Amino acid sequence: MTITIINSPVTVERAQSVARHDPHTEPWLVRGIIIGVAVTFLTVFVVLPLILVFSEALSKGVGFYLSALADSEALAAIWLTLITAVISVSLNLVFGVAAAWAVAKFEFRGKTLLVTLIDLPFSVSPVISGLVFVLLFGAQGFFGPWLMSHGINILFAVPAIVLATTFVTFPFVARELIPLMQEQGSQEEEAAISLGASGWRTFVVVTLPNIKWGLLYGVLLCNARAMGEFGAVSVVSGHIRGETNTMPLLVEILYNEYQLVASFAIASLLALLALVTLIAKTILEGQIEEGQLPRDD
Amino acid sequence: MSAAPKRSALPGFGLSMGLTLTWLSLLILIPLAGLFVKTADLSLSQFIDTVTSNRTLHALRISFGLAFAAALVNLVAGLIIVWALVRYRFPGRRLFDAIVDIPFALPTAVAGIALTTLFAQNGWLGAPLASLGIKVAFTPLGIFLAMVFIGIPFVVRTVQPVLIDLDVEIEEAAVCLGASRWQTITRVIIPSLTPAILTGFALAFARAVGEYGSVIFIAGNLPNVSEIAPLLIVIRLSEFRYADATAIAVVMLVVSFLIIFLLNRLQRWAQTRALAVS
Repeated sequence: MTITIINSPVTVERAQSVARHDPHTEPWLVRGIIIGVAVTFLTVFVVLPLILVFSEALSKGVGFYLSALADSEALAAIWLTLITAVISVSLNLVFGVAAAWAVAKFEFRGKTLLVTLIDLPFSVSPVISGLVFVLLFGAQGFFGPWLMSHGINILFAVPAIVLATTFVTFPFVARELIPLMQEQGSQEEEAAISLGASGWRTFVVVTLPNIKWGLLYGVLLCNARAMGEFGAVSVVSGHIRGETNTMPLLVEILYNEYQLVASFAIASLLALLALVTLIAKTILEGQIEEGQLPRDD
Repeated sequence: MSAAPKRSALPGFGLSMGLTLTWLSLLILIPLAGLFVKTADLSLSQFIDTVTSNRTLHALRISFGLAFAAALVNLVAGLIIVWALVRYRFPGRRLFDAIVDIPFALPTAVAGIALTTLFAQNGWLGAPLASLGIKVAFTPLGIFLAMVFIGIPFVVRTVQPVLIDLDVEIEEAAVCLGASRWQTITRVIIPSLTPAILTGFALAFARAVGEYGSVIFIAGNLPNVSEIAPLLIVIRLSEFRYADATAIAVVMLVVSFLIIFLLNRLQRWAQTRALAVS
């Protein structure tokens, strides 16, 4: 329907007359300035830094680039980053689906408060997100003395890195799913239940296919942030080389040691991750919109 | 037919709600509460001394002041970008639309070293600026630019869907009633966008206040000159002055929440006003 209207000669003619006559849009000079400002701003602040990362990383040639990535510290950092992301994302995936089910399918008092609390980590400085775990598990912290007397290392070790990362990425999956599931309603699930399906089977067979793209999108965003988190992890990691350095922390250490090319080499992997995430996001957004269209056929 | 509220027929409320509340409490609420408990280690006068010391006040002023200025720039630049992306067609439009999210997706440490190298005195943009006598890297101006970078997606992504959905008929009605283009924009379009603009501003501001990774490389980190509040927290922690670090964190949290609360109120007010306009 819409397409025929847009293509009808009357509309095209009208659109052209609108473009010629002033009141519906801006003069061409103003339009040119606005586009120019927008493009310049995005080029200076976004395109140039991104190009710079790759050009610095490759400035001593591909061989040097690859050997920087194959360094044992770099490999240890990549490994730790992957493990941290897998644990944090899995935890927040389970939580996100549970939270979205509770918020989207049921009515209860304090729902707005709950949604606000879920978003809380977004408005807390990453440094503070790390600080809270130092206060819990540090030597002067609430559980610090007990943990020390039992020989359990949490702070300046992998558990604290995972905890801080999970804290920071807490809202991503839930935030993506809640609006999606609210919009979809619960009629399909109610139908399945009334036909005798169990709750779990209803979720797997009815709900999951409906939310799969949104879920994947949330997981991708969660993963990108988990792998790239710097402030919170920096506070709790202790920077033990080869042991508690994630990729962003290694970027900082190499940079401060003036090993710029090696630093940008690690940074280029993280930039690549960001780019892949954005491309996947663009594709998934198309899928989500398609999934929400009413199926008339 | 019945007016009684419908009870949900679906199972799993207890399980999903229980899981949500447990996880939320263990991971977020209890650790954050610990922050406030820890400040009790300080007496009131010690707390006041810590947060009103010259260095702390300066760091807070840098973080909040520059974040506010950066969010204002994001507001203006964001509106221009949204307008260009939604209302005009130009080559590369879709690409520029996609890259708006880069500052959100790029790890902050990567953004930090990239911006520092870009604006350093021998950098691609730093060198021409230096020849004009403008020093960016390792000054408060550098902090400001890093905060502008990190805030770009927020205003654009909150305003963009509203401008797309905005009914063209309202604009046409304004034109029919004899409004000039400028009047249509300032009296009709901007009021409808104001709630989204305020939300975007608040998000960009909150992000910039707490920002650490993309700022510390370019900041120079001189006490009382270019030291941001999150960095001062890290420094106090490395000196094992946990209570001092916590006091600064509590002030940051409380002030941020107050500002966001005020902006929310302002946004509600703008929303009722926008409804009245349309």
